[in-house]
Amino acid sequence: MNVHYHSYDAVVVGAGGAGLRAAIELAGEARTAVLTKLYPTRSHTGAAQGGMCAALANVEEDYWEWHAFDTVKGGDYLGDQDAIDIMCREAIDAVIDLEHFGLPFSRTPQGRIDQRRFGGHTRNHGEAPVRRACYAADRTGHMILHTLYQRCVAKEVNFFNEFQVFDVLFEGEGADRRAAGVVAYEMATGDLHVFVSKGVLFATGGYGKMFKISSNAHTLTGDGPGVLFKAGIPMEDLEFYQFHPTGIYGFGILLSEAARGEGGILRNSDGERFMERVAPTVKDLAPRDMVSRAIHAEIKAGRGAGPKSDYVYLDLTHLPPEQIDSKLPDITDFVRTYLGIEPKKDPIPIQPTAHYAMGGIPTNVHGEVIVDDHNTVLPGLYAAGECACVSVHGANRLGTNSLLDIVVFGRRGGKAMAEYVKNVGHPDVPRGAEVKVRERIEQLKAGTGSEKVGDIRTTLQESMTLDASVVRTDESLSDAKRTVEELKAQYANIKIDDKGEVFNYDLTEAMELGHLLDLAHGLVVGAQARTESRGAHWRDDYPTRDDQNWMKHTLAHLEQDGSIRLSYKQVVAGNYQPMERKY
Amino acid sequence: MTVTESPASPLADKAKELVRVHLRIKRYDPETDTRPRWQEFEVEMSPGDRVLDALHLVKWTQDGTLTFRRSCAHGVCGSDAMVINGENKLACINLIKNIGTDLTIEPIRGLEVIKDLVVDMEPFFAQHRSVMPYLIAHDDPGYKERLQTQEDRDRFDDTTKCILCACCTTSCPIYWANSEYVGPAAIVSAHRFIFDSRDDGAQERLDILNQKSGVFRCKTSFNCTEACPRGIKVTQAIEEVKRAILYDRV
Repeated sequence: MNVHYHSYDAVVVGAGGAGLRAAIELAGEARTAVLTKLYPTRSHTGAAQGGMCAALANVEEDYWEWHAFDTVKGGDYLGDQDAIDIMCREAIDAVIDLEHFGLPFSRTPQGRIDQRRFGGHTRNHGEAPVRRACYAADRTGHMILHTLYQRCVAKEVNFFNEFQVFDVLFEGEGADRRAAGVVAYEMATGDLHVFVSKGVLFATGGYGKMFKISSNAHTLTGDGPGVLFKAGIPMEDLEFYQFHPTGIYGFGILLSEAARGEGGILRNSDGERFMERVAPTVKDLAPRDMVSRAIHAEIKAGRGAGPKSDYVYLDLTHLPPEQIDSKLPDITDFVRTYLGIEPKKDPIPIQPTAHYAMGGIPTNVHGEVIVDDHNTVLPGLYAAGECACVSVHGANRLGTNSLLDIVVFGRRGGKAMAEYVKNVGHPDVPRGAEVKVRERIEQLKAGTGSEKVGDIRTTLQESMTLDASVVRTDESLSDAKRTVEELKAQYANIKIDDKGEVFNYDLTEAMELGHLLDLAHGLVVGAQARTESRGAHWRDDYPTRDDQNWMKHTLAHLEQDGSIRLSYKQVVAGNYQPMERKY
Repeated sequence: MTVTESPASPLADKAKELVRVHLRIKRYDPETDTRPRWQEFEVEMSPGDRVLDALHLVKWTQDGTLTFRRSCAHGVCGSDAMVINGENKLACINLIKNIGTDLTIEPIRGLEVIKDLVVDMEPFFAQHRSVMPYLIAHDDPGYKERLQTQEDRDRFDDTTKCILCACCTTSCPIYWANSEYVGPAAIVSAHRFIFDSRDDGAQERLDILNQKSGVFRCKTSFNCTEACPRGIKVTQAIEEVKRAILYDRV
């Protein structure tokens, strides 16, 4: 195993929307390396479908303040309102930026960027759904990912493709630490690369592969949060995990909320439009947490469809065929491919699917990572996108706000880091910075244990989907916690088949599983402690929101002995006072 | 994966009993093999499962050394292009019930094999970069969006779908014979900008594609169009670029 040394001003880890957007700000400003374990265009930003909200008011009256209100309310008042204001205000610029980069938005008859309805986005503080989501058919994420990559090609950004980061480096100890680089594993050779760098920005995406039914890519294993969690950085609000209402039954593949934005309707086995009962004003366009819970309730009440009565229908059959072809071409193709049914004629079997982590690496509005409940910044360390928690999504993210988050805070993180690296000296990294990673790899290859990575991962995914998803109780979370702790013990005793150096995915999957286990552990411990229901975190045994005791962010700390310790940090208040969340 | 059984359900196919799937996979480990070898595996799975699921079953339960790229598992990231029963396909959008229970799987052709089904993608991405695949606009739109009519937007809609999976390029006999040829995927990337009304770089791209390595290498075999998992009319896009060069008109 060879070791290579590199010296940069800035390192970006991950090349999805947030990483690429940051790289565009850094290109030409600082010597920058972008590391990705895939190729940039494989990133899961490309799977986002429906749109990106910004109050452009291209098709009807709209203001960014309305967008901010919807985001605060959608997040069940756990979001930090200073950050939400910034995101919704800068959304407009961010969309214009993307248009200037060449993004092929769908257009209005007047040639302007077209906008459509999306869940939880309303006019004038909840009056009615509003057309706010800018889109490119139903492949908006694909267009954003490719447009940002194209801009990076134009700016000659320096990519290290198929380099997976296994460790983060610091200069100094304890409270005096500052970021100093990363240790990466090169897939093609098995070599280690030490990147010494003044600034490091993590943009590694989510960790939805801890669940069985999931819309996430196989590669979404929480690598950035996992590495930092182990390095003593707390994780914020892990218990807030979003389940998207409309995953393709059995597969979990996402069917965009845009399907309901275009007029699609959810129906139970009786054909009833059950969302009329749950959210009389916005109906099928209620926020995702409410819709997922409503589906869960229909199934529990025996109104689920199918032989096991465990799904409901997304009905598009009443939409004009040409509207389906022009506005929802990709997702209707997914339905044909995976279920073999024609969505123009038959309703689509769907079930909630694990989709998005509201929680993650705690940051401030400049993307700087904070390490405690007093918002202390760790100099040089940044995070953006799904792996980060600003927190703009609070307890439940609104549809389209993830694409917005990556471009707004990717840009802010990149700008802030470009500025930071101009004003600090090069960090001092002692020789042998890679030794810990090298020993871990050698230990995995030498392992003679009996446990298989695939078996542990499957058990984790089944347990998390059963016990820690749409509806939780103290009992179910105890079960999940016990399972995760047993699996962590088993994980210490794993064996991999592939001992080679070249493209050893057997090895990288083993490393990734470690991240999933730690983050799942933090999630269930945080969820069990939070004795209230808020946003995506629903407790059947505590079914109300408790603003008295729980208007606070959880910080989970991974202790040396592998246990989880919790602390809490205040929510940033703003214009909007907590009120009952009705739609 | 949930398996149910009911003739009344639209998911009846997925529900059927498990089937035995036979895989014959072309393998090569540069650390131990001097040449590629074939290896056979048997797995049991639901007919509604993907070819990718079969590969995962082998990797996760029988042989962890089996190596292939994959990510999204539903046909949008472009990682898992491979030759399945003789044709370039994405493993994640082909179901066992449609493709059969006898699978012969090889790496895509025309790019160097590194290990098992993993090929060197660098030449492919270098060709993509060579056609200036980014918007070149000389106007200053200020703080406003540029306008574009729906007709102008539709003009290049088809080629915006490309996911750079390389199914088209590595199905092209001209590309197999001459890797200097930029290949269909790079031409699709160029087309996406040449026909975008907001772009001012058409002439530069057409000049690149008019070189010896460019569009006129194409002999219209249509392999690329048949191979495209996104349904892009690749050959038509290439023809449009050829015409733009010949008639000096976009």
